[in-house]
Amino acid sequence: MEPRPPASTSQATPGTRETLATIDAVIETHRSLPGALLPMLHGIQDRLGHIPGGAVPRIAEALNLSQAEVHGVLSFYHDFRNEPPGRHSLRLCRAEACQAMGCDALETHLHQRHGLSFHGTSTDGSVTLEPVYCLGNCALAPSVLIDGEVRGRVTAEKLDRWIGELKADRGGNP
Amino acid sequence: MSVTVYVPNDSAAIGVGANATAQAISRIAAERGIDLRLIRNGSRGLFWLEPFVEVVTDEGRIGYGPVEAQDVPSLFDAGFLKGGAHRLRLGPPESIPYLARQERLTFSRVGIIDPLSIADYEAHGGGRSLRAALRAQPADLVEEITKSGLRGRGGAAFPAGIKWKTVLQARADQKFVVCNADEGDSGTFSDRMILEGDPFVLIEGMVIAGLAVGATEGYIYLRSEYPHALGILTAALRNAEAAGYLGTNLMGSDRRFHLHIRRGAGAYICGEETAMLESLEGKRGMVRPKPPIPALSGLWGRPTVIHNVMTLATVPWIVDHGSAKYAEFGAGRSRGTLPFQLAGNIRRGGLVEMAFGVTLRELLYDFGGGSASGRPIRAVQVGGPLGAYLPESRFDTPLDYEAFAAAGGMVGHGGIVAFDDTVDMARMARYAMEFCAIESCGKCTPCRIGSTRGVEVIDRVIEGRQRTENLALLRDLCDTLSNASLCAMGGLTPAPVLSALNHFPEDFQRPPAPAPAGRASRTIRRH
Ligand SMILES: Cc1cc2nc3c(=O)[nH]c(=O)nc-3n(C[C@H](O)[C@H](O)[C@H](O)COP(=O)(O)O)c2cc1C
Ligand code: SF4
Ligand code: FES
Repeated sequence: MEPRPPASTSQATPGTRETLATIDAVIETHRSLPGALLPMLHGIQDRLGHIPGGAVPRIAEALNLSQAEVHGVLSFYHDFRNEPPGRHSLRLCRAEACQAMGCDALETHLHQRHGLSFHGTSTDGSVTLEPVYCLGNCALAPSVLIDGEVRGRVTAEKLDRWIGELKADRGGNP
Repeated sequence: MSVTVYVPNDSAAIGVGANATAQAISRIAAERGIDLRLIRNGSRGLFWLEPFVEVVTDEGRIGYGPVEAQDVPSLFDAGFLKGGAHRLRLGPPESIPYLARQERLTFSRVGIIDPLSIADYEAHGGGRSLRAALRAQPADLVEEITKSGLRGRGGAAFPAGIKWKTVLQARADQKFVVCNADEGDSGTFSDRMILEGDPFVLIEGMVIAGLAVGATEGYIYLRSEYPHALGILTAALRNAEAAGYLGTNLMGSDRRFHLHIRRGAGAYICGEETAMLESLEGKRGMVRPKPPIPALSGLWGRPTVIHNVMTLATVPWIVDHGSAKYAEFGAGRSRGTLPFQLAGNIRRGGLVEMAFGVTLRELLYDFGGGSASGRPIRAVQVGGPLGAYLPESRFDTPLDYEAFAAAGGMVGHGGIVAFDDTVDMARMARYAMEFCAIESCGKCTPCRIGSTRGVEVIDRVIEGRQRTENLALLRDLCDTLSNASLCAMGGLTPAPVLSALNHFPEDFQRPPAPAPAGRASRTIRRH
């Protein structure tokens, strides 16, 4: 599983000393890797939940790249985000095998019942919904990934239960 | 005497409760004072039976499934540790027809061994090929792979031997072996099952490839959508290193091979080999024009063997059993076996490794048991999101690369997604365009812009606006995409679109309906 940050880090706003120290530590452990940029970005997002704007100039300097280059990479990949997500991550598979088993209805349900739409976070900040294109669980579709764990044969009732649990849980991702 | 029980640690099994089942088994055994050894294996690939629990008895392994946590007390009461009768008892796994009929070569150990135990791996034939490869001449290894007829399993089906020979003959200070574990095609999970169920076979295959072509560094590019596989693979690398499968003195020899894992970041195009190289180098995943081919100028400009997980994981079997034995399987120019993946609206979804030449109908009905919904199967997409949709009239086509292509299909990575008769093929065509718009690397205008146009045009058809003109426009757009795209992302997006249109024209003439929500604009990548 991906490492969970301590609660205090998750409250840190971009630029606070703690956040910058985390960023610098990740940069330091990855800078000598060949092709270091992606591992670095993953490392920062694993710990902070997103890539704060303040990370870009520091990464650029460490890897001898322009800030535009770092930003270009950051924005190319669907995984990386500039904004902190909700405490928990819910990713609904939209790909064909899951469509064959009704994922579109689940998307509608999430919207109507829970006010969740893709790339959005619930108003209480507990859950961020994102699309994903196949989780390799296509024989047990439809599938979701909740905080990094696959769940199969998903129904609207199961989603309601899980979302209830996520909302009640104060811990979770930054 | 301790009893051994297996509960899969495969992410699909966990997704239907395998962890809770495993915990329940451990807890009740402890409560009842039973000495029980719990092994977390990979999945046998009979997913409708997951969580699939196996017990080692005097008569061999006995399977039970699907076992939910709540079933566990009754299993103990029924004496399942001795193979006792229970409504979930399935008997010896190998006698289940779904498994009995298969020809498992690449998957020979998956679901059987502890994926992280080198001892278990070697007890089931693992490691022999690497030892043999360390004694062999590189050119002989290349020759062996060439003679086996092994072709790339990632989609393009290019002969592996030719690729290896090119890299072997290239002169460079450094060469690389890169494993494409991006498994982006929807409807596919064979790579994931190997990564989670028998990671050493992939590692062994990569080291052999390295010895054959003269590469000492390897990379595995693993999609970020597989966090569980990442955990298992990371642990496997550590164990492999400790056992001399990786590192500076392979199996006590003076040969070396170092292996690194890199995580993708949610971009389908990074499964395309040159985009993947860019991504490994830390850049945007933009497709490179070819030539130069990666075999001559790949990762950091060095000669690079790039293969799909399945291709590399099949290498040890070939080296161990001989190319002639492997080539006995198959049909036409498609030699060996392919781990097919049955997915979507299918009653018995799972992994079916069979020699090429099996038909879609056999897979869908003999193995799959028809649709999950019980309704007729109306359309099947083979080969991922860039594969054509096929109607029932094509179900008897044998699955080999050439025969299937002649019937308008693409075997690709062997993913088979079934749809019942509630499917609306106009919406599937729209989705194909939308997917292209979301995942285009942006290098070619037709792919970047044309796909968004495609979504709009299909929307107008669905809404019933000027259907004839818009369908003609759609065909024009498909023409442009096929002819003016640098890679198969743009080049093959017309396959699902046009097959939907040609085989299911009635779906484009339904009563006007509101188009699906305009997701294309919401989810498209910010360039
Ligand atoms: C858009 C696109 C996506 C691809 N995705 C994958 C993938 O996810 N996994 C894979 O192994 N090959 C994928 N390929 C094929 C690779 O480009 C390449 O042919 C393959 O990795 C070579 O390995 P092989 O010879 O073992 O098949 C993709 C190709 C294209 C055009
Ligand atoms: S066809 Fe699409 S994905 Fe392929 S290189 Fe062109 S723009 Fe990129
Ligand atoms: S298509 Fe949804 S998990 Fe593969």
